[in-house]
Amino acid sequence: MGIKFGVVVFPGSNCDHDAYYSLKKVLGYDVSFLWHKNTSLQNCDVIILPGGFSYGDYLRTGSIARFSPIMNSVIEFANSGGYLIGICNGFQILLEAGLLPGVMLKNKSLQFVCKDVYLSTENYNTIFTKEIPDKEVLKVPVAHGEGNYFADEDTLKDLVKNNRIVFKYTSGSGKVDEENNPNGSVMNIAGIINEKGNVLGMMPHPERSCNSVLGKTDGALIFKSLANSILN
Amino acid sequence: MQEVIAKLEPKVTLQSALDHGLTEEEFERIKKILGRIPTFTELGIFSVMWSEHCSYKNSIGLLKTLPRSGGRLLVGAGEENAGLIDIGDGLAVAFKIESHNHPSAVEPYQGAATGVGGIMRDVFTMGARPIASLNSLRFGSLKNARTRFLFEGVVKGIGDYGNSFGVPTVAGEVYFDESYQDNPLVNAMAVGIVKKEHVASAVAKGSGNKVMIVGSSTGRDGIHGATFASEEISEKSESKRPSVQVGDPFTEKLLLEASLEIIRNGWLVGIQDMGAAGIACSTSEMSAKGKSGMIVDLDKVPLREDGMTAYEIMLSESQERMLCVVKPGCENNVKEVFEKWDLNCEIVGEVTDEPLLKIYREGELKAEIPPFELVLGGGAPVYIRETKEPGYLKSIRSFDFSSLPEAKDLTEVFEKVFSSPNIASKKWVYEQYDSMVRTNTVVGPGCDAAVVYLKDTDKALVMKTDCNGRYVYLNPKEGTKIAVAEAARNIVCSGGVPLGVTNCLNFGNPYKPEIYWQFKQAIEGMGEACRFFDTPVTGGNVSFYNESPNTAVYPTPTIGMVGLIEGLDKITTSFFKNEGDLIYLLGEDFEELGGSEYLKVVHNKVAGDSPKLDLYIEKKLQNSVLGLIEKKIILSAHDISDGGIICAIAECCIINEENPIGAEATIPVKTRKDFSLFSESQSRIIVSINRNNKNEFEEFLKDKKQFFTFIGKTGGNHLKVNDKINIPLNKLIDLYFSTISRIMNV
Repeated sequence: MGIKFGVVVFPGSNCDHDAYYSLKKVLGYDVSFLWHKNTSLQNCDVIILPGGFSYGDYLRTGSIARFSPIMNSVIEFANSGGYLIGICNGFQILLEAGLLPGVMLKNKSLQFVCKDVYLSTENYNTIFTKEIPDKEVLKVPVAHGEGNYFADEDTLKDLVKNNRIVFKYTSGSGKVDEENNPNGSVMNIAGIINEKGNVLGMMPHPERSCNSVLGKTDGALIFKSLANSILN
Repeated sequence: MQEVIAKLEPKVTLQSALDHGLTEEEFERIKKILGRIPTFTELGIFSVMWSEHCSYKNSIGLLKTLPRSGGRLLVGAGEENAGLIDIGDGLAVAFKIESHNHPSAVEPYQGAATGVGGIMRDVFTMGARPIASLNSLRFGSLKNARTRFLFEGVVKGIGDYGNSFGVPTVAGEVYFDESYQDNPLVNAMAVGIVKKEHVASAVAKGSGNKVMIVGSSTGRDGIHGATFASEEISEKSESKRPSVQVGDPFTEKLLLEASLEIIRNGWLVGIQDMGAAGIACSTSEMSAKGKSGMIVDLDKVPLREDGMTAYEIMLSESQERMLCVVKPGCENNVKEVFEKWDLNCEIVGEVTDEPLLKIYREGELKAEIPPFELVLGGGAPVYIRETKEPGYLKSIRSFDFSSLPEAKDLTEVFEKVFSSPNIASKKWVYEQYDSMVRTNTVVGPGCDAAVVYLKDTDKALVMKTDCNGRYVYLNPKEGTKIAVAEAARNIVCSGGVPLGVTNCLNFGNPYKPEIYWQFKQAIEGMGEACRFFDTPVTGGNVSFYNESPNTAVYPTPTIGMVGLIEGLDKITTSFFKNEGDLIYLLGEDFEELGGSEYLKVVHNKVAGDSPKLDLYIEKKLQNSVLGLIEKKIILSAHDISDGGIICAIAECCIINEENPIGAEATIPVKTRKDFSLFSESQSRIIVSINRNNKNEFEEFLKDKKQFFTFIGKTGGNHLKVNDKINIPLNKLIDLYFSTISRIMNV
């Protein structure tokens, strides 16, 4: 298909194989694993920082991984316009690396939460969301202990003003409220992009929502949007 | 021959042996084996290896009566770290369940976490990649603050370990009962998949082959954990908190990847994880299995702390370590892999032909023991204890059920039973577990059994843990048969064929004849049921001494069962699918209230006899359901268990919380409405079908001579039963899904 994804493997990544399988076997893209101690991105068009517990998340989620050797190349790649998606722990790493603004707090419940949630798409004009049908909510699971997104008021204003909030947690019928916020994120934020629009961070796991055997496939729309945008 | 030197070690006397939990008879036996008084290090090694936990000395005699062979069994019980069953296409499934009761009683978070870690290592040390985690938990009453502390800590411990390690926790069970007040039960099960050619063995052989210790460094944590697990819980137990190990799931994840890499590359002769009894256990068991010996220099072992003695290093239960015997010339390959994963990897000794375990520290020989004498199946003692039928059984079984007042308001009674923490959804628990990582989970927690599919195949594994301790308390033999039958029924309801069993036998002190009687009866029941269902026992774990000065736990022989689905289109779930479908009951009610949730919750009694189980009827029922699934006639199947038929139907309505479907049902009444609604008679399943399939369905069952009853239709926003009960679905959902979180989130 002429497009190549790279999935970074940190010690403690545990959704690396899920991302690899969904992209390669379910969606049919070319995919390579990228070992964190290396610096080459192997000419990948898209880099994925997968979910998991990089370095055990022992100091603070994502805080050690961002110093892995490969992260210099990833940051450089992103700064020069390369496409980058951070999923769950990957999103936390993007925040630690300063590629996206804001921080993650512990979930409001103080408990890990794993369940299917619904997402509303707040901006259809990104490279990651172009193929998502209008007004349709996406069913995608979350699984995290620290997904309570927080940012200061100026940052939030900027995110809103520039349409950088991409996904929000909603009900199945599209209601954005506290009841349908799994972790206490400010404004129900589930995913954001950077200013240039080439870096996406999201807590929900689209790679877990690609294979019809598992009963949900909405997450595939994000990967397909990106791949088709690049190809066109 | 070099002399064993015990300079500076405490002098060993009979008293020190007794202090180590050994009997006088056992101490004499050790002296006879060695031909001398053991050194302190040797005494430590014998004491942990001959502890109940490692030697199974009071249980192995009876465990050997269980069916331990069968067509698909590749590795039988006790031969390796976990059982192994052939599932075709060159694949095998490795699975095992193990208890971590004692540590969890004093330190719930770490106790439960390391329980998960330990059982995962048992599976990946076989070369299998863990693909699912299950558990079986028992606590005292949730009204008790300490219970809530233990419950919260255990759930968080299981979650934090499994979530970080990256294996989904897909199924389990949680019961609350006063008998578990001082002794919570924490049983963890792991399931893994391995290509048959990559199966690893826990053996040391080949003179001169290097012995490597890999993974975490060794510290003073967990010394005597195995011995601690082999005595009753008391006030003193709190002071044994240092016996509890500390888990590091991150290191375990690295250890997993590195271990599988070196196994797949064929560089190993053998590998064994280090759990209970640490280096003492792995060196002696691997040597004994290979009929060889081992020289180990403890100075080479990476340590966390200075000044550790031979005794401490041998007995440390530091987690996330493995012992490997490496093929000649592969040492550097193995080292490179561990370096890549930033883990320790040190050559600590080598295999010898002479069957002696020789342990050196600071140039001195600290222990010299024939390994065969240390291990289960070798020199470890075997006892069959005295049995005596407990006195409570007669009076408790003669309970007169007709003396129970008949409830006036059945709705109120139903709500009470349905929202009992034993029946209510364990969503508060399982949402704290990552049940989806690895993207194989087709049916996660909350249904009859979990279904985990195998990528790039048309197969799925079905798995479940089961045991109703109350039934076993009332009737150990029948109750254990029920545990096996119910696990199998759950697997069948999901579309699977049961393959095999792993067991976790949680009992009180085996030196008490009444406890040993319960144990013996339970084993007999399990053997009978497993033979009947052709589900061999692939291994497991025995946990005795689950008692405190106040009480012993209900005998709880937890069954972990794995089944196979061939053809993903056979995967079946328990909830109603559409409005207007027909609801049928397969099986028959006998108004059995003994040990029921109704009796406990409404009348505050645990009495009567357990329900009866007829293995022939059960097997016929399971075959009928598998036949219906094969023919794609049924849309849902849900086993009737705790809480009786009415709770089962209510669950069918709302288990799929997002899309609940009401029902109108007429439940046949034998003598009393309350008895019929809440009876826990076995061998019953609720199914739903499309009404167009009515004839085909009924003909099929008549042909099979399967007893069935039409009981109603799905549809609407209410559950209506026998014109007496009428409850809106949102009320049912609230009762079922919010009860436990309301209790816990105060």
